[in-house]
Amino acid sequence: MTGTLTEKILSRASGRSVSPGDVIEANVDIVAFHDLTGYHVIEVMEKANMMKIFDKSKIVVAFDHLAPPPDVRSAEIQVNIRKFVREMRLPNFHDVNVGILHELLIEKYALPGQVIVAADSHTTTSGALGAFAQGMGASDVAAAVITGKTWMVVPQPFKVELTGTPGKWVNGKDVALKLLGDFKADYFNGMSIEVHVRNPKAFPTDYRATVSNMGIEMNADALMFVPDQETKDYIKTMRGKEVELLTPDPKASYQDEYTIELEKLEPLVAAPYSVDNVKTAREVSNVEVDQVYIGSCTNGRLSDFQMAAEILKGRTVKTRCIAIPSSYEMFKQAMEKGYIETLVNAGCVVTYGTCGPCLGGHFGVAGPGEVIVSTSSRNFRGRMGSNEAKVYLSGPSVAAATAATGRITDPRDLQ
Amino acid sequence: MIIEGPVLKYGDKIDTDIIIPARHLKYTDPNYLAQHAMEPLDPEFYKKASKGVVVVAGKVFGMGSSREQAAIALKAAGVRVIVAESFARIFYRNCINNGLPLITLPYATKEIKEGDVVKVNVETGEVRVGNKVLNGKGITGMALDILKAGGIMEYLKRVSQVPTQGG
Repeated sequence: MTGTLTEKILSRASGRSVSPGDVIEANVDIVAFHDLTGYHVIEVMEKANMMKIFDKSKIVVAFDHLAPPPDVRSAEIQVNIRKFVREMRLPNFHDVNVGILHELLIEKYALPGQVIVAADSHTTTSGALGAFAQGMGASDVAAAVITGKTWMVVPQPFKVELTGTPGKWVNGKDVALKLLGDFKADYFNGMSIEVHVRNPKAFPTDYRATVSNMGIEMNADALMFVPDQETKDYIKTMRGKEVELLTPDPKASYQDEYTIELEKLEPLVAAPYSVDNVKTAREVSNVEVDQVYIGSCTNGRLSDFQMAAEILKGRTVKTRCIAIPSSYEMFKQAMEKGYIETLVNAGCVVTYGTCGPCLGGHFGVAGPGEVIVSTSSRNFRGRMGSNEAKVYLSGPSVAAATAATGRITDPRDLQ
Repeated sequence: MIIEGPVLKYGDKIDTDIIIPARHLKYTDPNYLAQHAMEPLDPEFYKKASKGVVVVAGKVFGMGSSREQAAIALKAAGVRVIVAESFARIFYRNCINNGLPLITLPYATKEIKEGDVVKVNVETGEVRVGNKVLNGKGITGMALDILKAGGIMEYLKRVSQVPTQGG
């Protein structure tokens, strides 16, 4: 036992001292699903005739992918899940007016040291608070709902250290894209990334959530921030609750280490059709854009909207611009701060709490030949709609600057 | 378990949005999903795979979303086994849970050509192409037990005394 965060969490969850490569059965603290995977989880349980739940208080359900429903089948899926929730008397259910599952997990449920599994790949987001959080398919999640356990292979731990303070227009997205560009999308397969922040307040939970969210794009098993004072403060602010921190031993040994100096980062993008096709925003600044999307479980939080509003204040968008805070709470806070008013005045279409455009679902699907700049997490061919659309991923500052000019723009170059 | 078939070959980073686009995820019917497997990259896939094929691919095959329909679609379309240089974790588990075997074989895309007929030993990971013998990583341990049981739910029924009702 070398005392990494991964080993400490998984040792506690499995009741024995674990090492990388071990196959373990871990107790899970939270099991979650949303509408688009939830109906499939329930189908698996029904088919196996195992309609049993290990602990109702540990199940979290949120409607986000099909929220509000764009067609009859989507509405039917939600009708069926509501019925399941009612019959099983599940207390932690969030209908279409609350938010995206991963955002709700960090706002309301996830804690440092927990094991969290959910039927969605971006479950890694809860790693922002120091939880070991993994996405799984419907069958594995159904098994976890029934038994409260899951099997897994203990990943190899990799340490990332963040030093210094990021520049004004740089946030978590640029750290995620930096890792993807430097290591490529397959490098971290079978590893858990543990991020140590040298100066906790310089890299707040919003930023951390973006990096953890994109851990899955790095194919990491988990991407956790070592919880610190910022983690305590975030949970205290959001839930009024004091929490214990589980942290790695100071001498924990990692497979390898990598340091990112935050002040040296500049605004980055991932060009089509791969998350690791990373360039600086300035390298692609001639590209004309049809639509900008600011939102998603990757970059739909208050600090994202603060950056976007600062750029769009007093301007009129030159692209279509769709802005979707990731939850009711984020929308409300952005409204109180005046960011929503700024975006609406600039000509953005605004709603909240839906995954819609990110997966080419609804509320802004990409058409043939269109170029999109999106703060979401995937630019795979066809991801946001048409196979003939091109998606550039960026943080909120590049997205907002792009909306203001009509072509990809580094915010430092705005007139 | 030995599986034989002609090869359909793809590159690196074949993601789940390629394997089955999100617009098809409101359904789980294998026959429906099969018709849309690999649609954005290879619209003829369903026809090509229908007689039973081995998919050979590069790195992190199945990266991206947790959609279990990706495994269901490939299997129902006629894929008997996937041989790739590496797999994304969630996709790997989804295939095991849906009875679609996978072999990890470094340099698979260099050693095997489109149209080759390969013979795959699912447990040892041995892949035979003509006279050539390649040694990959087969399915072992927990994953093999689950595959043999017919998926995680059937496995659970066998190994534990999980009550089938109540709540």
